[in-house]
Amino acid sequence: MSKILIIAEHLNGQLNQSTAKCVSCASKIAGASIDIVVLAADPAPIAAQAAAIAGVSRVRTIANAANANAIAAIYAPQVVAIASDYTHVFGASTTVGKDLMPRIAALLGVSQLSDIMAADDAHTFKRPIYAGNAIVTVKAPAGQIVVATVRAASFAAAGGGGNATIEAAAVAVALPTHTRYVNLQQGGGDRPDLQTARIVVSGGRALGSADAFKLIYDFADKLKAGVGASRAAVDSGYAPNDMQVGQTGKIIAPELYVAVGISGAIQHLTGIKDAGTIVAINKDAEAPIFEVADIGLVADLFKAVPEIMAAL
Amino acid sequence: MKILVGLKRVVDYTVRVQVKPDGSGVAIDGVKMSINPFDEIALEEALRLREAGKATEVIVVSIGQQTSMQQIDTGLAMGANRGILVKTDKPIQPLTAARVLAKLVEKEQPGLVILGKQAIDDDNSQTAQMLAALIDRPQATFASKVEVDGNVARVTREVDVGLETLEVDLPAVISVDLRLNTPRFIKLPDIMKAKAKPRETLELASLGVESGDHLAATHYAPPAKRQKGVVVKDVPELIGALKAKGLL
Ligand SMILES: Cc1cc2nc3c(=O)[nH]c(=O)nc-3n(C[C@H](O)[C@H](O)[C@H](O)COP(=O)(O)OP(=O)(O)OC[C@H]3O[C@@H](n4cnc5c(N)ncnc54)[C@H](O)[C@@H]3O)c2cc1C
Ligand SMILES: Nc1ncnc2c1ncn2[C@@H]1O[C@H](COP(=O)(O)O)[C@@H](O)[C@H]1O
Repeated sequence: MSKILIIAEHLNGQLNQSTAKCVSCASKIAGASIDIVVLAADPAPIAAQAAAIAGVSRVRTIANAANANAIAAIYAPQVVAIASDYTHVFGASTTVGKDLMPRIAALLGVSQLSDIMAADDAHTFKRPIYAGNAIVTVKAPAGQIVVATVRAASFAAAGGGGNATIEAAAVAVALPTHTRYVNLQQGGGDRPDLQTARIVVSGGRALGSADAFKLIYDFADKLKAGVGASRAAVDSGYAPNDMQVGQTGKIIAPELYVAVGISGAIQHLTGIKDAGTIVAINKDAEAPIFEVADIGLVADLFKAVPEIMAAL
Repeated sequence: MKILVGLKRVVDYTVRVQVKPDGSGVAIDGVKMSINPFDEIALEEALRLREAGKATEVIVVSIGQQTSMQQIDTGLAMGANRGILVKTDKPIQPLTAARVLAKLVEKEQPGLVILGKQAIDDDNSQTAQMLAALIDRPQATFASKVEVDGNVARVTREVDVGLETLEVDLPAVISVDLRLNTPRFIKLPDIMKAKAKPRETLELASLGVESGDHLAATHYAPPAKRQKGVVVKDVPELIGALKAKGLL
């Protein structure tokens, strides 16, 4: 039987929704028992949130002042210390998970699967390659622990109402001091989080300046939406890096995605392939974004967007 | 200090890769191949550190077939001091790449290893983290700013919630994100000068590296196609279509 350990992701005492998405992925494996481990300086409030996720049997906590921030070199040996109780270790394919999971896999001497989007069985998974141009089915060896990151956008978050037991895990490993946290400059503000927002409005190079990009924020606020951007918009300094959507930015699955002045390069499209409805506003009728858009409007964005806002 | 940079030969980012009809793989025969875009950024950063007097030698490494020597040639033309090709005829997985790089680290003792944050063929994003684990050293992934001061590097990382800064003791492994720098263009005289630079070829089989290729790809499929949508003629029609779907 599969025993799956999921590493909780959290910030400022809040459990990240990607953890419940990992649970949802794990629960696709027949008969699996699912544990969550919370590494933190003060795991209690996070453990309580994790214990409420439906389908989780046990939440294990590893309290340590060194765990205040998710530093891979510090977390990895602690996870490895309890990994022998499990057949699988999963983390989300967020920047935290992508940083940590390969380090864990290497310490365990096994390969890692990145971005799994489907679990066919305990050892067979699907994942995207070539910026989502191909989906490969990958088999992990049966006799080895499976270490993987879960493509959060491919799974709905597992529900609440669970009542897992919470217990402290006794972990005594020496932790390195060679890696020190300095600070975090958080972007975002009080708009809905890009990765969990129901609606996302994204702007591209067409906006032309950081000043003009304000139109995207205003539009998003009107729709109570999160804000995204193409790489061109980020590279040109119109929007901060944490807004980039795509192969090398965030992979998102909102119910409604509105692409404004974005051409639809494959590297961008891979980030929105699970979106419910894609709306594209672009003045070029030949732009590739129209190949994937459910609703397309060929128009100058500087005319169309204010017009839409006025009509809402 | 030496800096080791990994250059992976990958299908150029402009190629729209197609899955073979029988699902046995992707059709990449004869398509344009290039240095993984992130690796050019890694190399550019190493060259800038050398030019700033923080490093003395930049070594580029590629693990792959003989054809990967082209990427080493390009790296040398960009300005690397020497190149190492670790030759193998079959594609390798990140754990094997990390084990090979760990061997080279043991041999060359670099102060920094700078790799791309992900290879755009398999989109794994694992090698740097695995290497750092194997050599028991710090990792600073997804870097958008690197400052080296004596035995310490201060690295700003692009993370989901913003920008995180870490301080790591050297030797360390860094993986780079797109916004770290813009790689320089190669000029013709640089290509000529690079001809004389040292290139070493090692057989992967001779390195005594245990294979970490544990995963088997059993089938390839094209991504699910989205249904063809509609093009609306104006804003009122767009709003109508959104209302019809219950989205507004
Ligand atoms: C390794 C690698 C990774 C990458 N990762 C990503 C990634 O994660 N995310 C990402 O987005 N990109 C990524 N890219 C970049 C990608 O290839 C494209 O260059 C980028 O997405 C283009 O951004 P854009 O659509 O905003 O700009 P453009 O391609 O320049 O498109 C601008 C569009 O705006 C339209 N337009 C102009 N003016 C107006 C107007 N007034 N009204 C309406 N429409 C107008 C134009 O018709 C055009 O279609 C990556 C590239 C590489 C090499
Ligand atoms: N075969 C290889 N040769 C040289 N460098 C590699 C190779 N494979 C991976 N790398 C390095 O590791 C980075 C991350 O690759 P990956 O973990 O496969 O996404 C790449 O950007 C390269 O810098």
